[in-house]
Amino acid sequence: MTIAVLSGFGVALTAPWLQGRLPRRAGWLLILLPLALTAWFAAQLPRVAEGTTLAESVSWIPSLGIDLAFYLDGLSLTFALLISGIGAVVLLYASAYLADDPLLGRFYLYLLVFMASMLGTVLADNLITLFVFWELTSISSYLLIGFKHSYGTSRAAALQALLVTGGGGLAMLAGLVLLGQVAGTSNLSSLAASGERVRASDLYPAILGLVLVGAFAKSAQFPFHFWLPNAMEAPTPVSAYLHSATMVKAGVYLLARLSPALGGTVEWQGLVIGVGAATMVLGAYLAWQQVDLKRILAYSTISALGILVLLLGVGGALATKAALTVLVAHSLYKGALFLVAGALDHETGTRDVTQLGGLRRAMPITGAVALLAGASMAGLPPLFGFVAKEVFYKATYEAPDLPALLTALAVLSSVLTVVAAGLVALKPFFGVRAHTPRHPHEAPLRMWLGPLFLAGLSVLLGVWPALVAEYSVKPATEAVLAGPAKVELVLWPGVNPVLALSLLTLALGAGVYVFRHALLAWARRLDVGKRLGPERGYGRALDGLLRLADWQTDLLQNGYLRFYLITIVAVTVVLVGYTALAEADLSGALRAPEMRVYEGAIAVVILAATYAVTRAHSRLAAVAALGTVGYSVALLYILFGAPDLAMTQFAVETLTVFLFVLVIYRLPRFATLTSRMERWRDAVIALSAGALMTLLVLIVTADPSRAHVASFFAENSVTLAKGRNIVNVILVDFRGLDTLGEITVLAVAAAGVFALLKLRPAQARAPEARAERARTAELQAVPTAEAGADPGSGD
Amino acid sequence: MEVVLAVIIGALYAAGLYMMMRRSLAKVVIGLSLLSYAANLLIFTVNGVMRGRPPLVPEGAVRPVEPFADPLPQALILTAIVIGFGVQAFALVLFKRAYQAAGTDDLDQIRSTELPKKSRKAGQAQG
Repeated sequence: MTIAVLSGFGVALTAPWLQGRLPRRAGWLLILLPLALTAWFAAQLPRVAEGTTLAESVSWIPSLGIDLAFYLDGLSLTFALLISGIGAVVLLYASAYLADDPLLGRFYLYLLVFMASMLGTVLADNLITLFVFWELTSISSYLLIGFKHSYGTSRAAALQALLVTGGGGLAMLAGLVLLGQVAGTSNLSSLAASGERVRASDLYPAILGLVLVGAFAKSAQFPFHFWLPNAMEAPTPVSAYLHSATMVKAGVYLLARLSPALGGTVEWQGLVIGVGAATMVLGAYLAWQQVDLKRILAYSTISALGILVLLLGVGGALATKAALTVLVAHSLYKGALFLVAGALDHETGTRDVTQLGGLRRAMPITGAVALLAGASMAGLPPLFGFVAKEVFYKATYEAPDLPALLTALAVLSSVLTVVAAGLVALKPFFGVRAHTPRHPHEAPLRMWLGPLFLAGLSVLLGVWPALVAEYSVKPATEAVLAGPAKVELVLWPGVNPVLALSLLTLALGAGVYVFRHALLAWARRLDVGKRLGPERGYGRALDGLLRLADWQTDLLQNGYLRFYLITIVAVTVVLVGYTALAEADLSGALRAPEMRVYEGAIAVVILAATYAVTRAHSRLAAVAALGTVGYSVALLYILFGAPDLAMTQFAVETLTVFLFVLVIYRLPRFATLTSRMERWRDAVIALSAGALMTLLVLIVTADPSRAHVASFFAENSVTLAKGRNIVNVILVDFRGLDTLGEITVLAVAAAGVFALLKLRPAQARAPEARAERARTAELQAVPTAEAGADPGSGD
Repeated sequence: MEVVLAVIIGALYAAGLYMMMRRSLAKVVIGLSLLSYAANLLIFTVNGVMRGRPPLVPEGAVRPVEPFADPLPQALILTAIVIGFGVQAFALVLFKRAYQAAGTDDLDQIRSTELPKKSRKAGQAQG
């Protein structure tokens, strides 16, 4: 099972190479993987139907309790079969649909990565593993929606889908972590056992809210639904696979999987049923008003996802059974219809339903597929969609709370779904032959074989629903309920109120379809979609985020060196100063100075010279004062037993003064650029930093009882290193490598100085005259432009 | 004596930071110098100082006469002085080139790595 999941990632990496080597056959070769996976999962059907489950675990991050754990029961098996089966169909379809695309290999890569991630999501047994695969599906969805990356709309839609589902995913991660802590296990398969504890916990509302946000965002529930129609920017095979049959159902999967632990409470029912019902009606209402085939299908997918969420909210054996039946039925017919829409687009050059008509002779097979899948969508017997709608109605009709309202909403959305089905399956193929941008032909084999297979399954399962009931719906229902359930599906349940509702739905649907133009004008005037647009909220949030980032960047990265310094210094002074005053023992720090007269004199000289540096108005005065400070510091070194330091300091100080004098005369005179207020502000901050340093030195030196490493060097200087000057011995022997580093730094600095002084940028080197001019400009230090002294180009 | 040194260190830090907060690049470079004096003296002082007892081993002995000044800070500072000089020299020359390129030593005028308009035009005309 681990191999089943991970093989997808492996094969995905070879796909671009394979496409490069065998451009014509790569599609046929690559579908071998999903086919093999389908076969393997199908082979597990009988065992799982008997109630066996499979579990595998590979240790991943044991210290955090995260394992690459996989678990196969009825629910995951149903999803896994849909993912791998429809994956094969879509892959084959794409090989024809995108045959002319130079990036087809990359498309295969993304698609296979998605398939593997999706399998990982539904098979994962560990909460964190689930999250990782969940987010991988979001990322592959992002790449696939943005596949036509040269279009701005594609990129915007991809980003929107990523942000909405990824943001929901983050909420879900928080919820899952909390859930794992409360339940005491991060294994999904053992969560059901601690359901009581989770539901009684104080954290239950937080867990429920966070997990639901993740699930709703992924499954395009109101108010997160807006990303799904926009995701139709993706190539049609992607829409069929990710945004209809599999990925958008991940949220539904999560709800089903967690319902034993989280479900059954008032909060769960209120939220899940409410959101599901709103989504169901809204999706259906918007679907039939669209003119783009894919958008019709997208909104009706939203409606179907709403049905699934609603049913899982109702809970119980009947509703769960209904949810799983609708799930399978929807994946089959909607996958097929999306592929039909893609074929129409591919062959006629348009997806506008008002421009399509009378194509049944030109595209007979596609038309037949559309008719079968559309009939299933509309809920016509003997197709599987009919069976699904029967159990759906039965579940709402017999719901424990508000059965009348739920049933009314269910019928309303189903009526509109019938209209949408008519628009997709009837309108393009019957009636007057419309003029299309391209002359229509039947789609190639690879583009009708898969859809035909899916539509055929709709027929087969409709005629023989016991098959799917026995092997898929029953084990899955038992997995969701965490207990045995009696599940039967029949095509013809006999005459009952539910059948009457179905007939009413079809009649009303047909009526609306016939009079749709009049109704459409009326509905457009209402314009619910724009008014209820959470998409505007998304746009505002995105703009706000960018503005916030701009503001923050301007604040923190303002480009003024002094503000960086002021921030750093002020924060240090406040934090360190507070800690020093609050925590440290200040008794010994404040003591009377003890010094000799000549020491005092040096101190006075240093302080005076330091002050002079800060107040100097001439460059030479500043350099002279700086030199005075340096030489005086050297004197201090002599007085306190550091002759080596003093000698070095004298030498370096002399060089520094030379250097300053040489360079500083090429520079402008000191100018006072800041205002008096600014200078006072800086002075206060600098003085408080200085005071803090004084205080720290006093605190540290007040306590003499510290271990010295000096004795080690004193002991070993002569015996080990044969040197009498201990400082020198440390430099060249004990810490010899440090000195090597120091020399290296000095060499690099010297090279840098040389390069800056001697090497000229390319532009300045070329013409003789201009170089001369540049040299003059340099000598005069006139602040006019010296030609082309670009610091980045020539050096 | 540490008390006096502490005051000197504080004054050097204050002056160094104040100079580094100026807008004129020349003053910033001078501030860097002051800061390195301050840091060196800080290292020198924190472990306690001792008058006139350099860490030298007399002829014929195997260890210095107690008490003696701590040799380790001295070794560290020796390195720091030399590296400080390297940094100082590089900063000065870099500053000189930046001034030539930008035509100003006001840090607020040097806000980007792009050349000022005038000299960029000249560069493009020739390039």
